Amino acid sequence: MAAIESATKVELGGVRGGPDVSTLRNDRWWLQPVVTVSILTAFVVYSTWAAFQNQNYYVGAAAHRDLISPFYSPCLTTTCVPGSGSGFAIHGWGLSPALIILIFPLGFRLTCYYYRRSYYRAFWWSPPACAVADGHGSYSGETKFPLIMHNAHRYFFFAGLVFNTLLTYDAIRAFHQPGLGWGVTVGTVVLVINAVLLWSYSLTCHACRHLCGGGLKSFSQHKARYRTWKFLSRYNSKHMNFAWASLIFVALTDVYVRLVASGALTDYKLF
Amino acid sequence: MTTSPYEHHEYDVLIIGAGGAGLRAAIEAKQRGLSVGIVTKSLLGKAHTVMAEGGMAAAMGNVSSEDNWQVHFRDTMRGGKMLNNYRMAELHAKESPDRVRELEQWGALFDRTKDGKILQRDFGGHRYARLAHVGDRTGLELIRTLQQKVVSMGTDVFMECKVLQLVHDESGRIAGAVAYWRPTGEFVTFAAKSVILASGGVGKSWKFTSNSWESTGDGHAMALWAGAELIDMECIQFHPTGMVWPLSVRGLLVTEGVRGDGGVLRNSDGERFMFNYVADMFRAETAESEEEGDRWYEDHSAGRRPPELLPRDEVARAINAEVKAGRGTPHGGVYLDIGTRRSAEYIRRRLPSMYHQFMELAGVDITREAMEIGPTCHYIMGGVKVDADTAATKVAGLYAAGEVAGGMHGANRLGGNSLSDLVVFGRRAGLAASDYVEGGAGPSGFNWGEVESAVARALAPFENEGGENPYDIQRDLQEMMQANVGIIRTGSEIDLAISELETFTERVKNISVKGGRAYNPGWNLATDLPSMLTVSKCTSRGARDRKESRGGHTREDFPKASAEFGTFNLAHTIAGGAWDGEITTERSALLTMPDELKALLEEGK
Amino acid sequence: MAEVTMRVWRGDASGGNFEDYTIAQNEGEVVLDVIHRIQATEAPDLACRWNCKAGKCGSCAAEINGKPRLMCMTRMDELPEGPVTVTPMKTFPIIRDLVTDVSFNFAMAERVPALLPPPMPEDGYRMFQEDVERGQEFRKCIECFMCQDVCHVIRDHEENKQYYAGPRFFIRYAELEMHPLDQNDRREYVREDMGLGYCNITKCCTEVCPEHIKITDNAIIPLKERVVDAHYDPVAWLGRKIRRRTKRTSAEAGVQPTP
Ligand SMILES: Cc1cc2nc3c(=O)[nH]c(=O)nc-3n(C[C@H](O)[C@H](O)[C@H](O)COP(=O)(O)OP(=O)(O)OC[C@H]3O[C@@H](n4cnc5c(N)ncnc54)[C@H](O)[C@@H]3O)c2cc1C
Ligand code: SF4
Ligand code: SF4
Ligand code: FES
Ligand code: FES
Repeated sequence: MAAIESATKVELGGVRGGPDVSTLRNDRWWLQPVVTVSILTAFVVYSTWAAFQNQNYYVGAAAHRDLISPFYSPCLTTTCVPGSGSGFAIHGWGLSPALIILIFPLGFRLTCYYYRRSYYRAFWWSPPACAVADGHGSYSGETKFPLIMHNAHRYFFFAGLVFNTLLTYDAIRAFHQPGLGWGVTVGTVVLVINAVLLWSYSLTCHACRHLCGGGLKSFSQHKARYRTWKFLSRYNSKHMNFAWASLIFVALTDVYVRLVASGALTDYKLF
Repeated sequence: MTTSPYEHHEYDVLIIGAGGAGLRAAIEAKQRGLSVGIVTKSLLGKAHTVMAEGGMAAAMGNVSSEDNWQVHFRDTMRGGKMLNNYRMAELHAKESPDRVRELEQWGALFDRTKDGKILQRDFGGHRYARLAHVGDRTGLELIRTLQQKVVSMGTDVFMECKVLQLVHDESGRIAGAVAYWRPTGEFVTFAAKSVILASGGVGKSWKFTSNSWESTGDGHAMALWAGAELIDMECIQFHPTGMVWPLSVRGLLVTEGVRGDGGVLRNSDGERFMFNYVADMFRAETAESEEEGDRWYEDHSAGRRPPELLPRDEVARAINAEVKAGRGTPHGGVYLDIGTRRSAEYIRRRLPSMYHQFMELAGVDITREAMEIGPTCHYIMGGVKVDADTAATKVAGLYAAGEVAGGMHGANRLGGNSLSDLVVFGRRAGLAASDYVEGGAGPSGFNWGEVESAVARALAPFENEGGENPYDIQRDLQEMMQANVGIIRTGSEIDLAISELETFTERVKNISVKGGRAYNPGWNLATDLPSMLTVSKCTSRGARDRKESRGGHTREDFPKASAEFGTFNLAHTIAGGAWDGEITTERSALLTMPDELKALLEEGK
Repeated sequence: MAEVTMRVWRGDASGGNFEDYTIAQNEGEVVLDVIHRIQATEAPDLACRWNCKAGKCGSCAAEINGKPRLMCMTRMDELPEGPVTVTPMKTFPIIRDLVTDVSFNFAMAERVPALLPPPMPEDGYRMFQEDVERGQEFRKCIECFMCQDVCHVIRDHEENKQYYAGPRFFIRYAELEMHPLDQNDRREYVREDMGLGYCNITKCCTEVCPEHIKITDNAIIPLKERVVDAHYDPVAWLGRKIRRRTKRTSAEAGVQPTP
């Protein structure tokens, strides 16, 4: 400890005023945590199930399509469904190929400043809502393992950029219908929207905002980085919206591809 | 020296007040290596200075390169209707640019011009754009900057500690003060080689005021009781634009920046009435038509300034006259309209806190609707008579700076001149007090008798059974002063006020308070009332004796300024120093101005 | 004239409880008006802090229906029907009734290593609007300390007060670290000694700030990213080595500039 000595002392254990209850709020403060828990739980349950399926994640040339679920791209094992492979294949992986790659988007979202806020509140009750007592006796925040690992968020952000690039490539490929030529199907649109939302989510990331210019002391010396920062800041305030939209949509994309691949739905060609 | 029965502290320089003036004085004395204690009635950073909005005036010439200290000096003197202490106005005009710039060394962040200098805005009575500002929260920037500087220097600050009275040594030099802690109600004594008063204003004695509970004139009263003189106490500024609705916020300030940024005043007929109220003194530099006024906003050389930007006393009187003539709004004000004249985006950027204030408190969106406004008691030009160069009062070892000091602003203060006054004379007070301490002329001894009588007086309300509630007295006093010594005054009403104040004095002696001493606002108010009364008495007496209208003092029965009355201030003293003692009011001649300054005033007339 | 029931907590360190006051309420009034009316009529010794009554000084913070609010900016007509509870800020020790001992905040203010600028040129510094804008947002702070009050790090965990500056001071550190003239480097200082890592960015400070300062997004997270640069990021470390840059240790940063 090397803090400046303050003449005013911080005395611990002073008697506090007000009644000793966990909250006096009489509004519906519990609503937000309930919604968060519901959506995140539904997503986790669905994505775990989908990741273990190891089938119906790709619609290939047989159906005159080239659509891959974002949960399975890039597909990195020798067991990948024909056509879905990425050109790089790991031998001897017996489980679903999704399990290899999902750690990256999962890590990205787990360490995301916005999701941290949401799950600390909704799942960990630390705190459940503002001015509602913390559910725990002791607290060390993000100063110890494992939560200190959140400081690696920017590396997950970089990984996220790689994934976004690959998924963009997938979306472009979806414009091509093998045997039919180029065109747009509902699947194309779905993959494109998915890619756009993922980019929006990543580019509004706080680490991105910092690296692009936020870390500077003086903006007037770095005009271009200032403009980038300014632009990103405008959308950074919408990061929450993009976080939810992209999360929900990525699952819907998988649902769509899965329905088409299983034959339950036909991917309608628009033009 | 007897040991104190109370908590006791010793300092080279004791500063009463942690507004802009007190903090700036502390920095100066601290830089000299002296021990400094600051005492404040509220928490650090909450003093009145925090509420200042529009800006601080300094002739830096960043926006209008023609500006210089000479023009600023001339504007200040003319705004003050020549009643100013010319030397203070001169020092202020010369030194404020440096005082503003040094704030940036301590962390202030003013709005900038395109070329990276401090941006300045237009304000009433200032010929050029002169007010350094940060949106409409300049006072916050000033106090926070000084506060952070003072804290980083490791200064002792006594918060929520109220000084009751100054203490002398046997020979009548200042030796310290006696105070009590608001949280506990315990007394505390300070022995100090010099004392700087920086206790702010007096506005709380009026019903409709922009001032907070702190502005009870404690410093004015304590100085008077301690043997100093008060001058110009009749000169009280009623700010033209206070909120009038809802009732609970009546008096709350609407910054002059609204008009500086393009807002105009209209009566209930929709007429821009200010064009009918341009006094001869200002005719040459005021626009004749709405078109000319509007051109001026675009380009200052394309027209003359609109009459909405005349000095405050002129505008306040005009509003008063419109309302009296039956052309007021439903709640008894006039309209201030910026919504039809500027874009919503512009208003929100330039006047963010005004936007919020109206939105949240009145439910009025000022980007679309007009505000209802009327005059509100705002500032006292009068105060402790000081020497311009040193801020020294008549009493050895006692200094005064900021709103509590008189002379700088004459009969009417220009907007923005107060914040710069605080730092210019706060610094000078700090310097002079330090010189005094280092010169070794400090006090010898500490008059414990004064301490004991102050303590006894403070505790009396607990002894009284069945006396009056202090809140009732305060409310009656405010209503009485508003009615009789308000913005427009007449002899008979003033006389009534003077006799009423004697009744109030008796009522104050008969206060009872409930509860204990720890953080008891009723008791705290009881200890404020003697100062409020003392100040009100001086104001009323000054108003009675100044048989003319000048600046912040308007007599219905003497509507013109008189040349004779323009040659002196009215000075008040109390013989013997008792708080309810007999006040003497005398004429005190103005300083004679050197010829070169006189010549400046002639220019551009 | 409408009537309202105010349920005000009255007491001090030796204990206290709610007291109900049924009192008149006029159009357009704020909570502070009603509290003042209680003082002027029923309870002259009811303690509360206030100064400006205009949301400018930050004195009148209390918890209204359980949420930290400025009493002078909370209109009675925006509160739901039924009794209005008013309690003192919970995180700070009680003095009396609605007044708390906020000295914790002043202690933290004393620990802030102030701005360290280069000597000032004769005609003042040059800074541009884009350089000062970020800092200006944080300097809007009126020190109501409601963000400190609501922050669960100290609200619910008293012991953390020893090593936690709190959101009000995180914006101060952010302001200094983003100041174009500043020559100090307080990144290790905020990590090691001011407890930045304790904040789990749950954003309650932002939610209650009456000045609408984006405390978490614009100050705390950027500070956390700066701390990553200074302390956690191996690539940034390598960059410093290669470019022979140094960072200030906590002890080096934690000094006040000479006056
Ligand atoms: C709403 C508003 C807006 C304004 N806008 C502007 C503007 O834009 N530009 C401008 O130049 N001026 C403006 N003014 C005027 C200016 O703000 C004040 O005149 C100035 O701040 C006074 O500063 P001060 O240092 O003299 O005292 P204050 O800031 O009033 O401080 C007084 C200090 O003295 C302490 N004190 C008082 N009595 C005692 C006691 N008995 N014991 C212990 N401590 C005591 C108080 O606690 C406080 O700390 C405005 C005023 C108001 C009300
Ligand atoms: S975001 Fe951090 S600082 Fe703000 S309230 Fe939450 S934990 Fe406290
Ligand atoms: S940051 Fe906002 S909430 Fe915190 S003290 Fe400042 S104004 Fe109050
Ligand atoms: S992805 Fe949410 S903050 Fe980086
Ligand atoms: S009284 Fe100043 S903020 Fe409420």
